Amino acid sequence: MAGGLLDEYLPLAVFIGISLVIGLALLIAPFLVAYQNPDPEKLSAYECGFNAFDDARMKFDVRFYLVAILFIIFDLEVAFLFPWAVAFRDIGWLGFSSMMIFLGVLTVGFIYEWRKGALEWD
Amino acid sequence: MAALFFYLFSAVLIASAFMVVASRNPVHSVLYLILAFVNAAGLFVLLGAEFLAMILVVVYVGAVAVLFLFVTMMLDVDFAELRQGFQQYLPFGALIALVFAAELIVVVGAWAIDPSVLKVVQGGSTAIPSDVSNTQAIGRLLYTKYIYFFQAAGLVLLVAMIGAIVLTLRERSGVKRQNVAQQVARTKATAMEVKKAPFRAGV
Repeated sequence: MAGGLLDEYLPLAVFIGISLVIGLALLIAPFLVAYQNPDPEKLSAYECGFNAFDDARMKFDVRFYLVAILFIIFDLEVAFLFPWAVAFRDIGWLGFSSMMIFLGVLTVGFIYEWRKGALEWD
Repeated sequence: MAALFFYLFSAVLIASAFMVVASRNPVHSVLYLILAFVNAAGLFVLLGAEFLAMILVVVYVGAVAVLFLFVTMMLDVDFAELRQGFQQYLPFGALIALVFAAELIVVVGAWAIDPSVLKVVQGGSTAIPSDVSNTQAIGRLLYTKYIYFFQAAGLVLLVAMIGAIVLTLRERSGVKRQNVAQQVARTKATAMEVKKAPFRAGV
Protein backbone atom coordinates (compact mmCIF):
# COMPACT_ATOMS: atom_id res chain seq x y z
CA MET A 1 0.00 0.00 0.00
CA ALA A 2 2.66 2.48 1.07
CA GLY A 3 4.86 1.66 -1.90
CA GLY A 4 2.07 2.48 -4.36
CA LEU A 5 1.28 5.63 -2.44
CA LEU A 6 4.86 6.79 -2.65
CA ASP A 7 4.91 6.11 -6.37
CA GLU A 8 1.83 8.28 -6.76
CA TYR A 9 3.26 11.10 -4.72
CA LEU A 10 6.83 10.86 -5.97
CA PRO A 11 6.42 13.74 -8.47
CA LEU A 12 5.08 15.90 -5.64
CA ALA A 13 8.02 14.99 -3.39
CA VAL A 14 10.45 15.73 -6.22
CA PHE A 15 8.70 19.05 -6.84
CA ILE A 16 8.89 20.04 -3.17
CA GLY A 17 12.55 18.99 -3.07
CA ILE A 18 13.45 21.06 -6.15
CA SER A 19 11.57 24.10 -4.90
CA LEU A 20 13.32 23.76 -1.55
CA VAL A 21 16.71 23.60 -3.26
CA ILE A 22 15.97 26.63 -5.46
CA GLY A 23 14.61 28.62 -2.54
CA LEU A 24 17.54 27.81 -0.30
CA ALA A 25 20.02 28.52 -3.11
CA LEU A 26 18.52 31.95 -3.65
CA LEU A 27 18.61 32.60 0.09
CA ILE A 28 22.17 31.43 0.65
CA ALA A 29 23.85 32.62 -2.54
CA PRO A 30 23.76 36.35 -1.55
CA PHE A 31 25.68 35.54 1.63
CA LEU A 32 28.44 33.97 -0.42
CA VAL A 33 28.72 36.10 -3.54
CA ALA A 34 27.19 39.50 -2.78
CA TYR A 35 29.30 42.56 -1.97
CA GLN A 36 28.84 43.29 1.74
CA ASN A 37 29.30 46.61 3.46
CA PRO A 38 27.09 46.56 6.56
CA ASP A 39 25.89 49.80 8.06
CA PRO A 40 23.27 50.31 10.78
CA GLU A 41 21.57 52.99 8.72
CA LYS A 42 20.85 50.45 6.02
CA LEU A 43 18.69 48.46 8.43
CA SER A 44 16.82 51.42 9.92
CA ALA A 45 13.29 52.21 8.89
CA TYR A 46 13.02 54.83 6.19
CA GLU A 47 9.96 57.03 6.18
CA CYS A 48 10.61 59.86 3.73
CA GLY A 49 13.29 61.42 5.88
CA PHE A 50 11.39 61.25 9.17
CA ASN A 51 12.16 58.88 11.96
CA ALA A 52 9.62 56.04 12.03
CA PHE A 53 6.38 57.26 13.61
CA ASP A 54 5.26 54.02 15.21
CA ASP A 55 5.20 50.28 14.90
CA ALA A 56 4.44 48.74 11.55
CA ARG A 57 2.02 46.34 13.23
CA MET A 58 -1.09 48.33 13.87
CA LYS A 59 -4.62 47.45 14.79
CA PHE A 60 -6.96 47.23 11.89
CA ASP A 61 -10.67 47.13 11.47
CA VAL A 62 -12.63 44.14 12.76
CA ARG A 63 -14.52 44.06 9.46
CA PHE A 64 -11.59 42.25 7.82
CA TYR A 65 -12.04 39.55 10.44
CA LEU A 66 -15.75 39.27 9.66
CA VAL A 67 -15.00 38.79 5.98
CA ALA A 68 -12.37 36.14 6.81
CA ILE A 69 -14.68 34.19 9.12
CA LEU A 70 -17.50 34.23 6.58
CA PHE A 71 -15.01 33.00 4.00
CA ILE A 72 -14.01 30.09 6.25
CA ILE A 73 -17.61 29.05 6.75
CA PHE A 74 -18.30 28.87 3.04
CA ASP A 75 -14.93 27.21 2.50
CA LEU A 76 -16.03 24.43 4.85
CA GLU A 77 -19.36 24.18 3.09
CA VAL A 78 -17.53 23.59 -0.19
CA ALA A 79 -15.25 21.07 1.53
CA PHE A 80 -18.34 19.07 2.45
CA LEU A 81 -19.47 19.15 -1.18
CA PHE A 82 -16.38 17.30 -2.50
CA PRO A 83 -16.99 13.79 -1.08
CA TRP A 84 -20.69 14.24 -1.75
CA ALA A 85 -20.00 14.84 -5.43
CA VAL A 86 -17.54 11.93 -5.63
CA ALA A 87 -19.93 9.45 -3.99
CA PHE A 88 -23.03 10.95 -5.60
CA ARG A 89 -24.08 7.79 -7.46
CA ASP A 90 -23.83 5.59 -4.36
CA ILE A 91 -25.73 7.55 -1.74
CA GLY A 92 -29.14 7.79 -3.38
CA TRP A 93 -31.96 10.12 -2.49
CA LEU A 94 -31.12 10.16 1.21
CA GLY A 95 -27.65 11.52 0.55
CA PHE A 96 -28.96 14.00 -1.99
CA SER A 97 -31.67 15.37 0.29
CA SER A 98 -29.38 15.49 3.34
CA MET A 99 -26.98 17.68 1.36
CA MET A 100 -29.88 19.84 0.18
CA ILE A 101 -31.00 20.37 3.79
CA PHE A 102 -27.40 21.21 4.74
CA LEU A 103 -27.18 23.73 1.92
CA GLY A 104 -30.60 25.11 2.88
CA VAL A 105 -29.51 25.70 6.47
CA LEU A 106 -26.43 27.55 5.28
CA THR A 107 -28.49 29.50 2.77
CA VAL A 108 -30.59 30.73 5.70
CA GLY A 109 -27.38 32.06 7.21
CA PHE A 110 -26.36 33.55 3.88
CA ILE A 111 -29.68 35.38 3.52
CA TYR A 112 -29.32 36.60 7.11
CA GLU A 113 -25.86 38.03 6.46
CA TRP A 114 -26.94 39.57 3.17
CA ARG A 115 -30.01 41.26 4.67
CA LYS A 116 -27.99 42.34 7.68
CA GLY A 117 -25.52 44.08 5.40
CA ALA A 118 -22.48 42.08 6.48
CA LEU A 119 -21.36 41.82 2.88
CA GLU A 120 -21.44 45.57 2.42
CA TRP A 121 -18.18 47.33 3.11
CA ASP A 122 -19.56 50.66 4.25
CA MET B 1 11.01 4.84 2.01
CA ALA B 2 7.65 5.46 3.68
CA ALA B 3 9.36 5.27 7.06
CA LEU B 4 11.84 7.90 5.91
CA PHE B 5 9.02 10.28 4.98
CA PHE B 6 7.20 9.47 8.23
CA TYR B 7 10.22 10.42 10.32
CA LEU B 8 10.86 13.51 8.19
CA PHE B 9 7.29 14.78 8.55
CA SER B 10 7.12 13.88 12.24
CA ALA B 11 10.42 15.55 13.07
CA VAL B 12 9.51 18.76 11.25
CA LEU B 13 6.02 18.66 12.78
CA ILE B 14 7.31 18.34 16.33
CA ALA B 15 10.02 20.93 15.80
CA SER B 16 7.63 23.47 14.30
CA ALA B 17 5.03 22.76 16.99
CA PHE B 18 7.71 23.48 19.57
CA MET B 19 8.62 26.69 17.77
CA VAL B 20 4.95 27.77 17.82
CA VAL B 21 5.20 27.86 21.60
CA ALA B 22 8.78 29.05 21.85
CA SER B 23 9.08 31.83 19.28
CA ARG B 24 8.82 35.34 20.66
CA ASN B 25 7.07 36.95 17.74
CA PRO B 26 3.42 35.79 17.50
CA VAL B 27 3.48 36.21 13.72
CA HIS B 28 6.40 33.77 13.57
CA SER B 29 4.34 31.42 15.75
CA VAL B 30 1.53 31.46 13.20
CA LEU B 31 3.99 30.78 10.37
CA TYR B 32 5.39 27.81 12.28
CA LEU B 33 1.82 26.66 12.86
CA ILE B 34 1.30 26.66 9.08
CA LEU B 35 4.43 24.53 8.70
CA ALA B 36 3.03 22.15 11.33
CA PHE B 37 -0.27 21.92 9.43
CA VAL B 38 1.49 21.10 6.17
CA ASN B 39 3.53 18.36 7.82
CA ALA B 40 0.42 16.94 9.48
CA ALA B 41 -1.11 16.84 6.01
CA GLY B 42 1.93 14.85 4.87
CA LEU B 43 1.36 12.39 7.71
CA PHE B 44 -2.29 12.05 6.69
CA VAL B 45 -1.18 11.21 3.15
CA LEU B 46 1.11 8.52 4.53
CA LEU B 47 -1.84 7.09 6.46
CA GLY B 48 -3.86 6.90 3.27
CA ALA B 49 -6.28 9.64 4.35
CA GLU B 50 -5.76 11.76 1.28
CA PHE B 51 -9.00 13.70 1.53
CA LEU B 52 -8.22 14.79 5.08
CA ALA B 53 -4.75 15.82 3.97
CA MET B 54 -6.04 18.03 1.17
CA ILE B 55 -8.76 19.51 3.39
CA LEU B 56 -6.13 20.24 6.02
CA VAL B 57 -4.13 22.16 3.45
CA VAL B 58 -7.10 23.98 1.93
CA VAL B 59 -9.04 24.83 5.08
CA TYR B 60 -6.40 25.09 7.78
CA VAL B 61 -3.48 26.47 5.82
CA GLY B 62 -5.61 28.51 3.45
CA ALA B 63 -8.21 29.89 5.80
CA VAL B 64 -7.75 29.19 9.50
CA ALA B 65 -4.10 30.24 9.52
CA VAL B 66 -5.06 33.52 7.85
CA LEU B 67 -7.64 34.03 10.58
CA PHE B 68 -4.97 33.36 13.22
CA LEU B 69 -2.73 35.92 11.55
CA PHE B 70 -5.59 38.41 11.66
CA VAL B 71 -6.10 37.78 15.36
CA THR B 72 -2.41 38.13 16.19
CA MET B 73 -2.26 41.37 14.21
CA MET B 74 -5.40 42.68 15.89
CA LEU B 75 -4.31 41.85 19.41
CA ASP B 76 -1.63 44.54 19.37
CA VAL B 77 0.37 42.77 22.08
CA ASP B 78 2.83 44.87 24.01
CA PHE B 79 5.46 42.39 25.13
CA ALA B 80 7.25 44.67 27.57
CA GLU B 81 3.96 45.15 29.38
CA LEU B 82 3.15 41.45 29.22
CA ARG B 83 6.41 40.45 30.88
CA GLN B 84 6.05 42.89 33.74
CA GLY B 85 4.04 40.64 36.04
CA PHE B 86 5.98 37.51 35.13
CA GLN B 87 7.83 37.07 38.42
CA GLN B 88 4.76 37.90 40.43
CA TYR B 89 2.48 35.38 38.72
CA LEU B 90 5.12 32.66 38.31
CA PRO B 91 4.21 30.58 41.42
CA PHE B 92 0.51 30.71 40.61
CA GLY B 93 1.10 29.73 36.98
CA ALA B 94 3.45 26.94 38.01
CA LEU B 95 0.80 25.58 40.39
CA ILE B 96 -1.82 25.52 37.62
CA ALA B 97 0.64 23.90 35.23
CA LEU B 98 1.44 21.24 37.84
CA VAL B 99 -2.25 20.45 38.42
CA PHE B 100 -2.82 20.26 34.68
CA ALA B 101 0.18 17.99 34.16
CA ALA B 102 -0.98 15.71 36.98
CA GLU B 103 -4.44 15.46 35.41
CA LEU B 104 -2.91 14.65 32.03
CA ILE B 105 -0.77 11.92 33.57
CA VAL B 106 -3.81 10.44 35.31
CA VAL B 107 -5.84 10.48 32.09
CA VAL B 108 -3.10 9.04 29.89
CA GLY B 109 -2.08 6.50 32.52
CA ALA B 110 -5.62 5.17 32.78
CA TRP B 111 -5.99 5.05 29.00
CA ALA B 112 -6.80 1.61 27.69
CA ILE B 113 -6.95 0.97 23.97
CA ASP B 114 -9.63 -1.39 22.77
CA PRO B 115 -7.80 -4.58 21.72
CA SER B 116 -9.90 -4.92 18.57
CA VAL B 117 -8.79 -1.48 17.42
CA LEU B 118 -5.20 -2.37 18.18
CA LYS B 119 -5.54 -5.51 16.10
CA VAL B 120 -6.80 -3.47 13.15
CA VAL B 121 -3.91 -1.06 13.42
CA GLN B 122 -1.28 -3.78 13.71
CA GLY B 123 -2.53 -6.63 11.61
CA GLY B 124 -4.83 -4.86 9.22
CA SER B 125 -7.66 -7.43 9.46
CA THR B 126 -10.07 -4.77 8.19
CA ALA B 127 -7.70 -3.25 5.69
CA ILE B 128 -8.51 -0.21 3.65
CA PRO B 129 -10.46 -1.36 0.59
CA SER B 130 -8.36 -0.72 -2.47
CA ASP B 131 -11.17 -0.35 -4.99
CA VAL B 132 -12.67 2.73 -3.32
CA SER B 133 -10.84 6.01 -3.07
CA ASN B 134 -10.60 7.73 0.27
CA THR B 135 -12.92 10.58 -0.69
CA GLN B 136 -15.53 8.20 -2.03
CA ALA B 137 -15.46 6.13 1.14
CA ILE B 138 -16.10 9.25 3.21
CA GLY B 139 -18.87 10.35 0.88
CA ARG B 140 -20.66 7.01 1.12
CA LEU B 141 -20.81 7.16 4.90
CA LEU B 142 -21.04 10.82 5.81
CA TYR B 143 -24.29 11.78 4.11
CA THR B 144 -26.32 8.68 4.85
CA LYS B 145 -25.09 6.76 7.88
CA TYR B 146 -23.87 9.82 9.80
CA ILE B 147 -26.61 12.13 8.55
CA TYR B 148 -27.37 13.58 11.99
CA PHE B 149 -23.75 14.53 12.58
CA PHE B 150 -23.65 16.05 9.13
CA GLN B 151 -26.74 18.16 9.78
CA ALA B 152 -25.35 19.12 13.19
CA ALA B 153 -22.21 20.33 11.39
CA GLY B 154 -24.43 22.48 9.17
CA LEU B 155 -26.16 23.95 12.23
CA VAL B 156 -22.80 24.64 13.89
CA LEU B 157 -21.69 26.51 10.78
CA LEU B 158 -24.95 28.49 10.83
CA VAL B 159 -24.40 29.41 14.48
CA ALA B 160 -20.82 30.45 13.69
CA MET B 161 -22.01 32.64 10.83
CA ILE B 162 -24.72 34.37 12.84
CA GLY B 163 -22.44 34.69 15.87
CA ALA B 164 -19.69 36.33 13.83
CA ILE B 165 -22.17 38.82 12.38
CA VAL B 166 -23.80 39.60 15.72
CA LEU B 167 -20.46 40.09 17.46
CA THR B 168 -18.58 42.12 14.88
CA LEU B 169 -21.07 43.91 12.67
CA ARG B 170 -21.61 47.50 13.69
CA GLU B 171 -24.00 49.81 11.94
CA ARG B 172 -22.12 52.85 10.74
CA SER B 173 -24.07 56.07 10.73
CA GLY B 174 -23.62 58.80 8.22
CA VAL B 175 -22.50 56.56 5.39
CA LYS B 176 -23.84 57.35 1.94
CA ARG B 177 -24.47 54.03 0.23
CA GLN B 178 -24.92 53.62 -3.46
CA ASN B 179 -28.28 52.02 -4.18
CA VAL B 180 -27.96 50.76 -7.73
CA ALA B 181 -31.57 49.62 -8.04
CA GLN B 182 -32.82 53.03 -6.99
CA GLN B 183 -30.50 54.72 -9.45
CA VAL B 184 -31.59 52.52 -12.32
CA ALA B 185 -35.28 52.94 -11.44
CA ARG B 186 -35.09 56.71 -11.81
CA THR B 187 -37.06 57.90 -14.81
CA LYS B 188 -37.32 61.22 -16.51
CA ALA B 189 -40.56 61.86 -14.69
CA THR B 190 -39.11 61.41 -11.19
CA ALA B 191 -35.73 62.99 -11.84
CA MET B 192 -36.57 66.07 -13.87
CA GLU B 193 -38.82 68.99 -13.28
CA VAL B 194 -39.68 71.73 -15.73
CA LYS B 195 -39.73 75.16 -14.14
CA LYS B 196 -41.43 78.03 -15.75
CA ALA B 197 -38.97 80.87 -15.51
CA PRO B 198 -40.40 84.38 -15.91
CA PHE B 199 -38.77 86.50 -18.55
CA ARG B 200 -35.79 88.57 -17.32
CA ALA B 201 -36.33 87.57 -13.67
CA GLY B 202 -34.27 84.42 -13.14
CA VAL B 203 -35.44 81.34 -11.38
